[in-house]
Amino acid sequence: MSQDTESAVRGDAGTGGRDAESALRRVLTALRHDPPAIAGTLVLLLLVLVGVAGTQLAPAGINDIDVDNMLAPPSREHLFGTDELGRDVLSRVLVAARVSLQVGAVSVGIALAVGLTLGLLAGYYRGWVDTVLMRCMDVLFAFPVLLLAVAIVAVLGPGLLTAMVAIGVVYTPIFARVTRAGVLSVREQVFVRAAVSIGTSDLRIMRRHILPNIAAPLIVQTSLSLAFAILSEAALSFLGLGIQPPAPAWGRMLFDARGFVTDAWWLGVFPGAAIFLTVLAFNLVGDALRDVLDPRQLTVSEARRSTE
Amino acid sequence: MSDTPVLSIQDLTVSLGTRRGPARAVAGVDWSVRAGETFALVGESGSGKSMTVLAATGLAPEAARVTGRVELLGEELTTMPAQRRRRMRGRHVGFVFQDPMTSLNPVLTVGRQIAEPCEEHLGMSRRAARDRAVELLDLVGIPSAAQRVEAYPHQFSGGMRQRVVIAMALACEPDLLIADEPTTALDVTTQAQIVELIAALQQRLGTAVVWITHDLGVVAGVADTVAVMYGGRIVEQGPVEAVFADPSHPYTAALLAARPEPGRVVAQLPAIQGSPPSPFELPPGCAFWSRCPVRADARCEHELPPLAEVAPAHLVRSFYQQARQGEGR
Amino acid sequence: MNRPEPQAPPTAPPTAPAPAGDIVAELDELKVWFPAPGRTSVRAVDGVSLQIRRGETLGLVGESGSGKSTTGLALLRLVEPTAGRIHVAGEEVTGWSRRRLRRLRRRVAMVFQDPQASLDPRRTIADSVAEPLIVHGLGGDRAGRRRRVAELLELVGLRGDLADRHPHELSGGQRQRVGIARALAGEPDLIVLDEPIASLDLSVQAQIMNLLRGLQAELGLTYLFIAHDLAAVEHMSDRIAVMYLGRIVETGTPAQIYGNPGHPYTAALLSAIPVADPLVERRRRRIILTGEIPSPVDPPSGCRFRTRCPQARPDCAETDPDLIEVETGQYAACLYAVEAVRQMRARQEEPAPPKPRFEPDTTTGGEAGLSRSAGLD
Repeated sequence: MSQDTESAVRGDAGTGGRDAESALRRVLTALRHDPPAIAGTLVLLLLVLVGVAGTQLAPAGINDIDVDNMLAPPSREHLFGTDELGRDVLSRVLVAARVSLQVGAVSVGIALAVGLTLGLLAGYYRGWVDTVLMRCMDVLFAFPVLLLAVAIVAVLGPGLLTAMVAIGVVYTPIFARVTRAGVLSVREQVFVRAAVSIGTSDLRIMRRHILPNIAAPLIVQTSLSLAFAILSEAALSFLGLGIQPPAPAWGRMLFDARGFVTDAWWLGVFPGAAIFLTVLAFNLVGDALRDVLDPRQLTVSEARRSTE
Repeated sequence: MSDTPVLSIQDLTVSLGTRRGPARAVAGVDWSVRAGETFALVGESGSGKSMTVLAATGLAPEAARVTGRVELLGEELTTMPAQRRRRMRGRHVGFVFQDPMTSLNPVLTVGRQIAEPCEEHLGMSRRAARDRAVELLDLVGIPSAAQRVEAYPHQFSGGMRQRVVIAMALACEPDLLIADEPTTALDVTTQAQIVELIAALQQRLGTAVVWITHDLGVVAGVADTVAVMYGGRIVEQGPVEAVFADPSHPYTAALLAARPEPGRVVAQLPAIQGSPPSPFELPPGCAFWSRCPVRADARCEHELPPLAEVAPAHLVRSFYQQARQGEGR
Repeated sequence: MNRPEPQAPPTAPPTAPAPAGDIVAELDELKVWFPAPGRTSVRAVDGVSLQIRRGETLGLVGESGSGKSTTGLALLRLVEPTAGRIHVAGEEVTGWSRRRLRRLRRRVAMVFQDPQASLDPRRTIADSVAEPLIVHGLGGDRAGRRRRVAELLELVGLRGDLADRHPHELSGGQRQRVGIARALAGEPDLIVLDEPIASLDLSVQAQIMNLLRGLQAELGLTYLFIAHDLAAVEHMSDRIAVMYLGRIVETGTPAQIYGNPGHPYTAALLSAIPVADPLVERRRRRIILTGEIPSPVDPPSGCRFRTRCPQARPDCAETDPDLIEVETGQYAACLYAVEAVRQMRARQEEPAPPKPRFEPDTTTGGEAGLSRSAGLD
């Protein structure tokens, strides 16, 4: 089979041989046919909306204490019920979304920035640079989030910043590894050797040739890491190491709901569902992106249909 | 020697569904090969030469639609149930592909890989199959076959690996050997060895051989009959002496002229402008029209010329040639 | 129309050899050894000396494992030499630091084998061709560079509107033209072409060879043409060097190499080239080399070719032959140069037993098809 036909049958994205515009179009087309991905995208859009406008959308104040109304089950007035201080659970869940998003975005941002740089250096220069950097990453990789958070709490005290830093540090190694793997394979490509043969500087090669060609796995990793970052934030706030009360956080709300599991199920279920849906949405979108940005097989029935 | 062709292909057409739309890889191909004969299928990339044979033997990708009639040893292959076709193919057809490294399983010994078809299709015992593997390695010229049978593919050089692949292909003493660019990835001196080997084996076993290649020099050396493909169709077909002595399709003639011949010094090679057509954009008439240096008949552009005889058994798909024929040259 | 039997080519080759004296590049006993497991080394290049004169094409031909590609890469310092010296445009560049190498990279450019792989898939054609201009500060401002890119594309026979496309939108031949345009951008003294036509379709190979020769005539370029296809190398080159297992075994003009090869390996290579003429092919006796190419980790003692040479004599195992002049300007590294080849070819002259031809299928009846005996006279 000629190379062109073969790669077309495979539905190749090829070695990324598409300009940015059509890549976006491809992503949108592919997502359109993937119901779980559509659902995930919608949830994420909703989440972002809530995160931005949360306080406006909240029907009640997050700290409006109304002891007379405490532990009230879901009603028309309080859609998610009230907690042990009479606060509206719906409002608290909505506002807590912003915290989760903030922590997720910033921590993954840190991890991406630092991990990318380290992975790039390690993969491009190899040798002792590679060994030293990757061993450091291995050490970090071995730390559970919580252990590291405790250590950072000792230095910074509990709070939003601690959560962001701790999660960011813990996820740096995975970005470093993904980047390094990508760099290792791209730098062997002939076009990189061609750039070297022209006399292009290392920095320019990394910036213009290597980075764009490793974007795909990094995008996928980012979306998946966001899911885990949010989960980690919930764990940290559950333990009281994240953002401090009275600011609402999903994990903290779960912690507070411990004592009321049988009596007031709405205290735990709604924040828990919020965590679950958010993480699920990120995972679905991440999987769909991975399918699109990597070469994939056209399904047989799709292929047959197009010959008629 | 029976007169029934070992493999007979009639009006084979292969369409592939792809992301970019339907691709017509092969259209209306007819040929056959008999026992002891070497049939060469020549073409560049996108000509459909590999796909023809893959589709005929039931190895086309699942997304391909194959129409036409294919007979292997007199039995119709296209309508046969898949399981039966697999068994017929395994028993009667041997394949040699271009890249010996990917044709062989790196984690199995070569002996195991050669023995496998013997056990499967000939029902041999493990021990008998292993002995046969040693025999075959010897037959294809691997020194110290009895020891090498336990070796792994990566322990062989490229040329030796291709010999192993040939041994595997011949394991069941097939009636038909299909060699798809078997020497393209090899050095020219190794190529010479492999060509001689296949010719010798064919002499000995009376196998029919289909040789797919883009190298006209190899064709001149091995083939009895040659078919030249372009844009999914056969454009010229006939006995190899006739086609080389009197290439009647402009494409064949141009291909022969464009090779640099050592000892023949020219300043500029007569090159064909443009590139081979993509299977996605095939014109209604002759696929070679846009690059044809002759263009003697205006019909060629919009109307597909039929294959017609210009000499006994020598067929050409060109209005131009047929017009010339009609004038009695 | 019968193809004439190959004859000795006319005595005046179409391209006159360049005047000696202006040497663009020179390799002096170059060795490139790569570390291999077990404290050994793969001796990819093991003592290669050659000179490339301005305006000429030096063809470097060899099979896999010969070290020809590594030699080309070493010229650009893309692989590090283990020993020996490299001179480019009169300066010794063997020990140059990375910063100084940038200057070298402008003087020597490379065209790679796989045109698709050698272009960054995410960059446009214009970006790829302009890169040398940007790196070396040529072409002026952005507008100036765009103009220069358009000029270069026209020079290699590409339409200007292809500049904003991406590599995957072009055909193989077009991509290779882009590779050539990129190599020309820095106005180099020497262009190293590493198997530039091997990945292309046959009908396109001739186009690219014509282009390269046309450019050479028009711009006065100097080429190192590396390939395994001896026919193509002969067509393109003013002088040829044949490599085997890391060494040069023969040098000479195409006329000399083809008409009167001095080294048995060269003779075997020539004999292995298939000729597109069935009558010739069926009659000829090939020089078939026995065995496989030895490992470059442990080359044979004495003459490296002796393990496969049909004419190997006892003292071939003891002495490692130097290149000796067998004719003016032709050198071969063989103790029995020319004589061994003569003996090999004498055997070839015996008529081969005619190979029985298969009777073709003549379904149309009428005249009887060619019978078994035809085609042998």
